[in-house]
Amino acid sequence: MSRELHRFKGGVHPPDHKAESNRRPVHAAPLPKKLVIPLRQHLGNPAKPVVEVGDPVKKGQMIAAADGYISAAVHASSSGVVTAIDLQPVPHISGLPDLCITIETDGRDEWIDHAPLDYLAVEPSQLRMQLRDMGLVGLGGAVFPTGVKLDPGATQQCPTLIINGGECEPWITCDDVLMRQHAGEVLEGVAIMRHLMGSTEILVGIEDNKPEAIAAMRAAAARLDFAVEVVVIPTLYPSGGAKQMTEILTGKQVPSGKRSTDIGLQVFNVGTAYALARAVHHGEPLISRLVTVTGHVLRPQNFEVLIGTPMHTLITLAGDRDGTTGVLMGGPMMGVPMPNLDVPVVKATNCILVKSKELFPPLPNALPCIRCTRCADACPAELQPQELFRFAKAGDFGRAQEYHLFDCIECGCCSYVCPSHIPLVDFYRYAKSEIWAHEKDKRASDLARERHEFRQFRLEREKKEKAEKLAAKAQAKRAELAAVPPAERAVPSDADAKKALIAAALARAQAKRSDAAPKNIDHLTPEQLHQIEEIEARRAKIRELARQPLESEEKNT
Amino acid sequence: MLAAIGVMVVLAVAIGLVLGWSAIRFRVEGNPLAEKIDAILPQTQCGQCGFPGCRPYAEAIAKGEADINQCPPGGEEGVKKLADLLGVEPKSLDETHGTPKPKSVAFIDERTCIGCTLCIQACPVDAISGAAKQMHTIIAAECTGCELCLPPCPVDCISMVPIAEDLPHWKYKHPVVMLKLVAETESA
Amino acid sequence: MPSPFILDRSSVTQVMAWVLAALLPGIAAYVWLFGPGILVTLSLATVTALAAEAAMLKARGYPVQPFLLDLSAIVTAWLLALSLPSLAPWWLIVTGTLFAIVVAKHLYGGLGQNIFNPAMVGYAVLIVSFPVQMTHWAGPLELSATHLSLAQSATAIFGGDVPKATLDAVTMATPLDALRTGLLQQLTVDEVLTHPIFGHYGGVGFEWLAGAFLLGGLLLWALRIISWQVPLAFLAGIWLTAGFLNFYDAGRFGPPWFHLFAPSVMLGAFFIATDPVTGATTPRGKLIFGLGAGFLTMAIRTWGGFPDGVAFAILLMNLCVPLIDQYTQPRIYGGARKTEEPPA
Repeated sequence: MSRELHRFKGGVHPPDHKAESNRRPVHAAPLPKKLVIPLRQHLGNPAKPVVEVGDPVKKGQMIAAADGYISAAVHASSSGVVTAIDLQPVPHISGLPDLCITIETDGRDEWIDHAPLDYLAVEPSQLRMQLRDMGLVGLGGAVFPTGVKLDPGATQQCPTLIINGGECEPWITCDDVLMRQHAGEVLEGVAIMRHLMGSTEILVGIEDNKPEAIAAMRAAAARLDFAVEVVVIPTLYPSGGAKQMTEILTGKQVPSGKRSTDIGLQVFNVGTAYALARAVHHGEPLISRLVTVTGHVLRPQNFEVLIGTPMHTLITLAGDRDGTTGVLMGGPMMGVPMPNLDVPVVKATNCILVKSKELFPPLPNALPCIRCTRCADACPAELQPQELFRFAKAGDFGRAQEYHLFDCIECGCCSYVCPSHIPLVDFYRYAKSEIWAHEKDKRASDLARERHEFRQFRLEREKKEKAEKLAAKAQAKRAELAAVPPAERAVPSDADAKKALIAAALARAQAKRSDAAPKNIDHLTPEQLHQIEEIEARRAKIRELARQPLESEEKNT
Repeated sequence: MLAAIGVMVVLAVAIGLVLGWSAIRFRVEGNPLAEKIDAILPQTQCGQCGFPGCRPYAEAIAKGEADINQCPPGGEEGVKKLADLLGVEPKSLDETHGTPKPKSVAFIDERTCIGCTLCIQACPVDAISGAAKQMHTIIAAECTGCELCLPPCPVDCISMVPIAEDLPHWKYKHPVVMLKLVAETESA
Repeated sequence: MPSPFILDRSSVTQVMAWVLAALLPGIAAYVWLFGPGILVTLSLATVTALAAEAAMLKARGYPVQPFLLDLSAIVTAWLLALSLPSLAPWWLIVTGTLFAIVVAKHLYGGLGQNIFNPAMVGYAVLIVSFPVQMTHWAGPLELSATHLSLAQSATAIFGGDVPKATLDAVTMATPLDALRTGLLQQLTVDEVLTHPIFGHYGGVGFEWLAGAFLLGGLLLWALRIISWQVPLAFLAGIWLTAGFLNFYDAGRFGPPWFHLFAPSVMLGAFFIATDPVTGATTPRGKLIFGLGAGFLTMAIRTWGGFPDGVAFAILLMNLCVPLIDQYTQPRIYGGARKTEEPPA
């Protein structure tokens, strides 16, 4: 069972703080009165609501459907009534609200009809669509729709399947606890992945600070009818990063800008495998997950939490304490500070970390960069963080991209080791977000240019068409006149034809005018009618007179 | 003496031939400078610069007939980029052409709209849909916020709504690491 | 404040403190071999540097305390003091330190912003401006009949009345100077090396001082405060160049070990060329930087107008750092090197 392990470059050894929360058994968090379920819980397009305010929903019912291929559905975590579809605070660093469906729970927790899927009988592409509609996303942190990742690509073969049980981020233990308690189901999920990916080699990577999880997974693997190798890897942050795990286990690096399937492997988190098993073998969509609640609480532990449960209820459950200085979603290296505690638990919530002054002393003030390159030594993406920092700070985003800004995985190793205490990752996030915004602006202005040019073209075309139409009409008229025997015309010339045209138009207009029936002649006295007749006669006479000079003129020429 | 003159003549002829040939061989169609300038301009097509659209303004700049500081939607940043491209000193925006405003999109109050199509004719990017005597509406994703539809509207039913910051449009701010600030707070 | 929320315990102060600590063996050896005069130089340079640093920070509107506590000014002061002749007059020390801190460091933007190593800028200014005073080296105690006490050294440095005979008895040419002068007098290397100042490798006393600096440097390397590339490449640059020249004509070019075991080389290799602010940052860049500095040092020693070339070599390489860094960007995870064009 010994396997040659490879070491990725860089990495750091922060204190792991796992023992606080992995000793206590997992409890199911009680059903909250109100569930707030965001529609943007995954990468890709946000889900589109398929229920309306006032609709009763059952547990597991789809309330928002996937919008496009890279997207995932969202489901009701419990039964109740939809009370709102509006903007609500979500667990995002900005503190901005996003579209959510609020469900008032009825306490019955009544399931919708659901049945296991016979995954061997279903066409793989169809199964992937079903998984998307069951809301399955990667639970390791990136929340990428699982159905999309379960596609082995053009070659239809992905020989190596890596199951990531690294959980390298300090404080978090939800994967550890999951593997200890549900090793069998995790591997059931792995069996489904193996089927879809056509993999022959299955590696489970677990850091050596989780001996119980390793033992449980090995025991479960021994009961399988296919080979699963549980590999113990040294504890080193960020070995749980998909690319780092790949390198540790196989020695291969995913080429920059390519997908891991391009080199014949795919990485899934253990939590994703478990959710996949629940979805396929029990027909349960992704409506709950394990969440570690730890840090400055009385009883740090893991809870089975329904998606949409407000975070403060979990902190209360774990026993809140005085002296809290903030709450993070995720761990201390990559976690996101929460704007408030009313935000719901989402699919990406692996940990709720309560900070205190003692556990997380305020960071010291930053000094200038002294180019000591400790960040470069620690960078697992093998970048030059000091250069990226220089460019990002100066707003030279082009250069930052030349130095591979977008290969940065934002693991935080550089900031962790920086002797000047510069929040380096923050600069990279800023630069990336600026570049994305620029690109968005660029696309918008390109679209505007295109539309403007098309409009110019369209106006030009309309003008031309109009002119052509007029010309054609004139041509037709001329032809008509030409049909008249030349004897009747004194001199057949262009001017003549024009005059004829004008005359014809005048005649038409006159005919129109005389044809126009007066509208207000009902209920008139005979005298009035008589008067009108007189006036009309006068008008006719004048018209006749007016026509004469034209005719005489015509005769003269 | 004669040899020197001969050499110079031969050189001149040879170089002239090469230059002439390359002028034909490497001829660039269109005006690449105007293209580059056009790529920097924000494409609002608002005409605030005094030209009927971004492209004519770009061509005017390329010919040296217009200054680089006449585009309020591009802002100071746009002026700086143009200055960088053209190798001239950046200057501040010419206020006579307007001042930069927050990015916004037009919004038609549909209760007031009489369906006159005047705004449709005014829109430089065809971002208004509707027909005669039908209610009009703005295609927000395609609106450049040029405000050209405001003056023709006979019932003043179009207003400019600034784009509110929402989650997909949120940006990380420049991290504030100001050591001078530390000094000020310490002394305060 | 965004992630990460935990930090390693390292700090700039800690890095600088270790550099100072690693200089202690060298200073101890200096006192032991050349007398206590260096302590006066060190103290004067330190006081001047701290005062100049504080004044400049104040003038530039920066907080004084955090930057004084980062100890970088003291590192500059010590490195300059150890490069100066041990009996250099006080005004020479003060001028050099002031120039290093005020011009080379703060006028370039302060900590982390300077292009040139401040200590070496100070040294270069002094040796160009005051070449005579820069030869006031106290010889090794082993070779001189009279020894100056701490008080006497202080008096000498502060321009007090010290009998000229005593001073003349104490000061002598450094081995590098002696070699240079000897070679200029058309002597062969072997003839020059018979002079009593030359010890086993690099000169009596001097070789042990070099050894002490080497010891401190190895400590810094063991603590991962400096990388191995720069010192190794620097020493290799000197050894290879000197070795080649010596092999080419042993009569006109000194032996490589002699060049290697000059205190300035060890100090330069481990403490000055490794200055992160002014050095190359990439692994290959560090090798190029070190090799270049080593070669230039030998070139200046051999063909230049000064007996030693470490300071100028490092300053010249400082100039090349942006170029070196740009062209030695390492391969990143997943294989790509720096792209020439930003992806559209």
